[in-house]
Amino acid sequence: MECQIEIKIVETPIDIHAIDAFTRHPNCGGVSLFIGNVRNVTAGKPVQHLEFEAYTSMAVKELQKIADFIVMAWSPKRIIIHHRIGILDIGETAVAIGVACPHRKNAIAACSYAIDTLKQTVPIWKKEVFDDGEVWVAAHP
Amino acid sequence: MALTLQLQAFGIAKDILANRKMSYTLHHGTTIGDLKASLMEAYPQFEGLQSLSFAVDETYQQDDFSLTDGAEVVIIPPVSGG
Repeated sequence: MECQIEIKIVETPIDIHAIDAFTRHPNCGGVSLFIGNVRNVTAGKPVQHLEFEAYTSMAVKELQKIADFIVMAWSPKRIIIHHRIGILDIGETAVAIGVACPHRKNAIAACSYAIDTLKQTVPIWKKEVFDDGEVWVAAHP
Repeated sequence: MALTLQLQAFGIAKDILANRKMSYTLHHGTTIGDLKASLMEAYPQFEGLQSLSFAVDETYQQDDFSLTDGAEVVIIPPVSGG
């Protein structure tokens, strides 16, 4: 029943191969990976780059809560969540999540839960920088 | 009796306060809810946000949470990670 968990907030590029390697487990036939990359347009407006900041110590705690729930609900063997902060250019990876389970359905459900919950609870903020200004995403109704 | 709080702000809250960290005197009340009301009066831009949450000891706290003098409170505007 043992599950290995790795949670990191990083300031350097996320290594997708390390995410893949961490989630390999002989008992796990299903690995679900979510990779969130920086998109070049928001509501039709070209985005120059993004800036992420985190309340890092609490973000790690909230990510750990997500992992704890996944362990309880979907019996995974590996959970890895890396979120990058700082200035990110178009196409760069902001977040990578991997969940390994014996079977695919649990892995997919757990990975989906992880990214959905991350977006709601984890204290990380994203600013979109346009040619003519900048906006904190989701700040206003 | 007024409370002196140590505020830390992120995202748009940092822009609204024009500070990452600041001392803040809460003249009326002692709860997170009182702090929220006081901040909204002092900085009306907070009222326009989708939500406004607070954390103490790296944990979200609700409006009825009691603050003590010198407490460190983190202002958490709507999060947008991922």
